[in-house]
Amino acid sequence: MTATETETSQIDVTTMTFEAFADTIVPGEKRWPDDVAVAGASAGPGAVAAGAIELLRMPEGGMAALLDPLAGLLNTHAATYAAEHGAELDPALPAFVALPFADRTALVQLLTTPGHPEKEVWVGIALFSNMAFDTGAHMHTTDAIAAGHPGLLTIGFAPPNPDGVWRFPDYTYGKPLARRHPDTTSSGSPA
Amino acid sequence: MSSSTVEQTDVVVIGSGFGGAITAYHLAAGGARVVLLERGPWLQADEFDHDFRLGSSSTRVFEFVVGDGMSVLSGNCVGGGSVVYFAAMPRAPRFVFDRQGSIGRRMWPAAITRDSLEPWYDRVAEALPISTTDWDTMTYGGGLFGAACAHSGRTANPVPAAIDTALCTNCNWMMSGCKFDAKRSLLLNYLPAALAHGAEIRPLHEVQQLSITDGGGYRVHYNVIDGEDYRVSTGSGTIDAKIVILAAGAGATPVILQRSEPTLGAMPHAAGRYFSGNGERLNTAILNEDRVREVLGISVDEAVTYQANQIGRGPCVASWDRLDGSLPEYSRFSLEQLYFPPGLGTILAQAPDATGPSWFGVEKKEILRRWKSWLTIFTMSEDDNEGVFGPPPPTGNAHRISQQMLGRGTISYRPTENTLRGWAESDEAVRDILERDGMSRVMPWTNDVVGAYTVHPLSSCRIGDDPATSALDENHELRGHPGIFVTDGSAVPGALTVNPAMTIAALAERAVPAIVRAARQRGVDVSYGAPSPDGETSARNGVLPLVSHLVTE
Repeated sequence: MTATETETSQIDVTTMTFEAFADTIVPGEKRWPDDVAVAGASAGPGAVAAGAIELLRMPEGGMAALLDPLAGLLNTHAATYAAEHGAELDPALPAFVALPFADRTALVQLLTTPGHPEKEVWVGIALFSNMAFDTGAHMHTTDAIAAGHPGLLTIGFAPPNPDGVWRFPDYTYGKPLARRHPDTTSSGSPA
Repeated sequence: MSSSTVEQTDVVVIGSGFGGAITAYHLAAGGARVVLLERGPWLQADEFDHDFRLGSSSTRVFEFVVGDGMSVLSGNCVGGGSVVYFAAMPRAPRFVFDRQGSIGRRMWPAAITRDSLEPWYDRVAEALPISTTDWDTMTYGGGLFGAACAHSGRTANPVPAAIDTALCTNCNWMMSGCKFDAKRSLLLNYLPAALAHGAEIRPLHEVQQLSITDGGGYRVHYNVIDGEDYRVSTGSGTIDAKIVILAAGAGATPVILQRSEPTLGAMPHAAGRYFSGNGERLNTAILNEDRVREVLGISVDEAVTYQANQIGRGPCVASWDRLDGSLPEYSRFSLEQLYFPPGLGTILAQAPDATGPSWFGVEKKEILRRWKSWLTIFTMSEDDNEGVFGPPPPTGNAHRISQQMLGRGTISYRPTENTLRGWAESDEAVRDILERDGMSRVMPWTNDVVGAYTVHPLSSCRIGDDPATSALDENHELRGHPGIFVTDGSAVPGALTVNPAMTIAALAERAVPAIVRAARQRGVDVSYGAPSPDGETSARNGVLPLVSHLVTE
């Protein structure tokens, strides 16, 4: 294997590993029939389709330089987990990718449990995975919505006005709905 | 400036949130030379983005510091917390000032009660200004929560707010800064007034430590921060001042003092201890909108009952029934409907009845599909001041992980049984209000991911009468270090059970006369008595008789 092939291989391993991790946080449907990183545990797109890898690789996030070593660490954990549970993994795949979805979930639960020495870093990756789906933070939000960002669509995030700014002229039921606390002061504060 | 020249001024103010902007204004208006150092950038309305992309204003002006058991969210820009806050400005209830916490005596200085603070609250109310909302302009979320409170036999109050509702578009982007200038941040009142009186504001200047000068003043050491990558320092410098006002926020002020201990001398025991997260806690209700319509009789139109999670302007309606001074300490709390944008507002929410993980995974994704029907309820209760800061990081108040926003801090927080009880009682109250008659399922946000969390850090360098448990005297002067004052949220003795910005601001207003006196004693030609930033004099005239012993020779 040449140096270039080694680099390519590392990128593939890292990408697949974090695709599988992000897919454990916000699961989605397989992108193609033999997709191995995305497990297909949930209908509709998940964090991977929403841009989790793009977000993790953004220099702004501060995670990009950590991804290669963390992929190795996660796959080591996955191999250990598989050995402890007597599971056989496809040697052609990164170990975490080779784990069935339920085992990926159990391992992520383990790694993010309070008290785990690596909790902080795995929680960090989980937060970015979530952000990719819930906000599309690797893109300008107006662009993300125009492009049909799957996470923003799934949560039902309303589109902006034509000038790219959000305004909600309809915002009120417009009628009294509760009695004020009897001790409210003239400033509108509690007594 | 050449390296041989030491820059000098009368007063250096560190931080430009309420504690910094208010004191800077009054001192500048009174004639002092004031330099205000702010670690974050200086943005105006047209630079506040409606955009989640990393690098937009949502990450430029905001800080999220993860600690051990406590994560702190705060502002990071000129205007500080006022730029990113939700502008809810209630005054603290009377019983708060009599709290004892765990120290067996009143936490607040004897001189401060709700009554004695009222004239200072009035100054803030006049300056921002603050207004009350009525039900005819209440948001859907506020209205629904109010109706649910009424249905459960409770009262509910529109929350006084520093928002000009005539300008507000109910876009709910206020955590990224208000591009409509509807939110009355400090960028619209105290700070421009301070500038008009000659104060200098220097953004991207992060103070690292203080030292003593030969003349009995202080030298302020700062780094200049890169405007995009806050992890990068592009220079450093010092300014000498006769008076230093620390207002870097409760997550940063004690860190600067800790780092200054080798050059200033020993710090009071309470500097960096007694941190309070204001007893904060969040619950999210996932509404069954058909049931809400049937039970509460409200609807947007024939088809839609609510689906309005995204619409509004932060917290608008509060339940104050549990702000009852006759209840035991740690059982008193307010509940406020509010909105957090997706990301911060979704990650910690938990799926009800989850058989697997509740904050991520398949079942979590299912509740995300119903995000438009979420209603999030904010608890502010009485915690036990359990937060303690560890040794300071090399620079700033945290090890910055991302270019902006995300960092790892040194605070540790282990909630006591008292705090946990208050949270449990508030969770129960939220369920009683919103699960009633099948209107929703409610789950608290998890504390297992980033620990507890607060958007209102307090008390890490607090005022008090007892030197053993307070770092500041009743005039906000740092014990053992005359001429250093602390006027931000860290000075507040404990949790307030309501949004604290109004009380932080009122305390800063109250602190000014004693700072003026100290400055005059150090040879600064400064007086007290400036009107409100826009020139109103009513509230100023209300406080002048109270402080004549401090501000007249």
